[in-house]
Amino acid sequence: MTTTRILEGLGRLYIWLLLAFLYLPIIIMALMSFNVSPFYQLPFEWTTEWYASLWQNDQLIAATWNSVEIAIITTIICVVLGSAASLALYRYEFRGKKFLQALLFPPIAIPWLITGTAMLIFFFGVGIGRGLHAILLGHVALALPYVIVVVSARLQTFAPELEEAARSLGANQWQVTRRVTLPWIMPGVIAGGLFAFAVSFDQFVVSYFLATPGQTTLPVEIYAAIRKGFTPEINAVSTIIIVVSMALMLLTARFFKFGGEK
Amino acid sequence: MAGVQVSDVSRSFGAHKALDNVSIDFADGGFYALLGPSGSGKTTLLRQIAGFDFPDSGRITIGGESVERVPVEKRRIGMVFQNYALFPNMSVADNVAFGLSVRGEARAIIATEVQRALDLVQLGKLGGRRPHQLSGGQRQRVALARAIVTKPRVLLLDEPLGALDKALRVDMQIELKRIQREIGITTIFVTHDQEEALTMSDRIGILRDGRLVQEGPPEEIYDRPKSEFAATFLGDANIFRGDTTGDGIRLPDGTAIAAGAGAKLAAGAKASCAVRPERIRIATDAGAPDGTANMLKGQVSKRIFAGNNSTYFVERGGQTLKVIVQNTGVDRLAEGQDVVLRWSPESTVLIAAG
Repeated sequence: MTTTRILEGLGRLYIWLLLAFLYLPIIIMALMSFNVSPFYQLPFEWTTEWYASLWQNDQLIAATWNSVEIAIITTIICVVLGSAASLALYRYEFRGKKFLQALLFPPIAIPWLITGTAMLIFFFGVGIGRGLHAILLGHVALALPYVIVVVSARLQTFAPELEEAARSLGANQWQVTRRVTLPWIMPGVIAGGLFAFAVSFDQFVVSYFLATPGQTTLPVEIYAAIRKGFTPEINAVSTIIIVVSMALMLLTARFFKFGGEK
Repeated sequence: MAGVQVSDVSRSFGAHKALDNVSIDFADGGFYALLGPSGSGKTTLLRQIAGFDFPDSGRITIGGESVERVPVEKRRIGMVFQNYALFPNMSVADNVAFGLSVRGEARAIIATEVQRALDLVQLGKLGGRRPHQLSGGQRQRVALARAIVTKPRVLLLDEPLGALDKALRVDMQIELKRIQREIGITTIFVTHDQEEALTMSDRIGILRDGRLVQEGPPEEIYDRPKSEFAATFLGDANIFRGDTTGDGIRLPDGTAIAAGAGAKLAAGAKASCAVRPERIRIATDAGAPDGTANMLKGQVSKRIFAGNNSTYFVERGGQTLKVIVQNTGVDRLAEGQDVVLRWSPESTVLIAAG
């Protein structure tokens, strides 16, 4: 009886330590973004000064909008292409299908530094060059496998009889897809889309390789700013990004759980 | 409504012949069972008729119209799947409405037709529910309503009662039959349950290894099976093997068995006789001699009491015979008892060896 109690207590302590390990640095950073002292000095004095000056930093704001734009476009492209690819892999048998499916996983495991280098060389070679368009292409390539993996996982739980039932009732391929298959895989599509958004929005390495000096994304801009000299503005913008990213991930978790249900 | 003709249909998957030259005529308004063990091709045949798969050769017509290359969505069929295949993201009413809605029918018409179909399957009040809120029997009814609301030319059922428990299955058999009579639709259903096939259908087609073994009304197949397989797959049968004498067979030990039904065979060929267990009378003494009756002596090795009847296993010449006796309160025989078995030649079906 008491042993169980002690084990329970230890378990709870472990979870709190784990959460502290994960969140303490983030919480401190977020607090410091509201502190007057730029050097993490205590006592804590409340201010929103850094958020205000962030608002004046045109370069940072431009980079933020670039990031948001690229992330949204990446998400849309990846969701459309990825869902279509998942459906094709689910519905049709063709030569080399297993091989193609196996090829989808390595890009997730390849270090972004290497992918970035490869893209830079390739984009130069074929004349795409650098810039926001190159970053967008790179992000789509990075995020696409995630969408396919997530949507395919959802499709694994789809009963093929549902499509057959719809066809037997006179529905053509498009009606079957729109009214039966898509509603079923929608949680997977949304989760995949959120993944794609996160991969793009948080992307640094590939963006850094493909960015041009004037035109860049938020993570690259933050990196450049830190190199010039650290300011609490970085804390402020990081806090905003963390809040947005965490909201997105919580949404993903919710839809992913939903995706696991029957 | 329309009849369905399947003529010389063959379908192979790789080296496996799933259907081998099958011809079968489903008359307008009939209720047909396709019966066979798993792998017999019955589901493959149903899928050819539905249009989910196309035959390698042969013809399929629905209402006289050739459809063997017409895809399923253009065949105007209704199909009920083994696991119901209800759309989980739609309400019961939307499930039933699906076929009318993809056709672009007017909303008012759809609402009326859906209600009528739900009333027919006695689910008139459950239109707003989701499939996961229904019991197995109710899902089955929704699947049926969805399949018939579009007024298809033929209704196809793939082991429709397989997922239900026994009591519910019997209810649904009666229900399915009532609905089929009410709308008079040609119905073809696949099953491996011989009882289901016997009780529900007007005609049964027995399939084995992709071939049609026998086709006809249940009584005909049961009383006059044309093969040992048909005799033992549809119901129980005692099989005797020997040489034919023209109107019966002679067993290897010399005993003659007279057959009054079945094939007419030239004397001398190998043949079998099939006798249903309930046609055999069992007694402890020979009784009054009966010139026409077949008679064998044996010993009861086992008795299984099932309430309304008992099954006796009788050892005779290295063969175990089955005899089913109605429970009349008398004539209960003990295991180990010597008995005499008698049955009439009319209950004996002569089958060509094969």
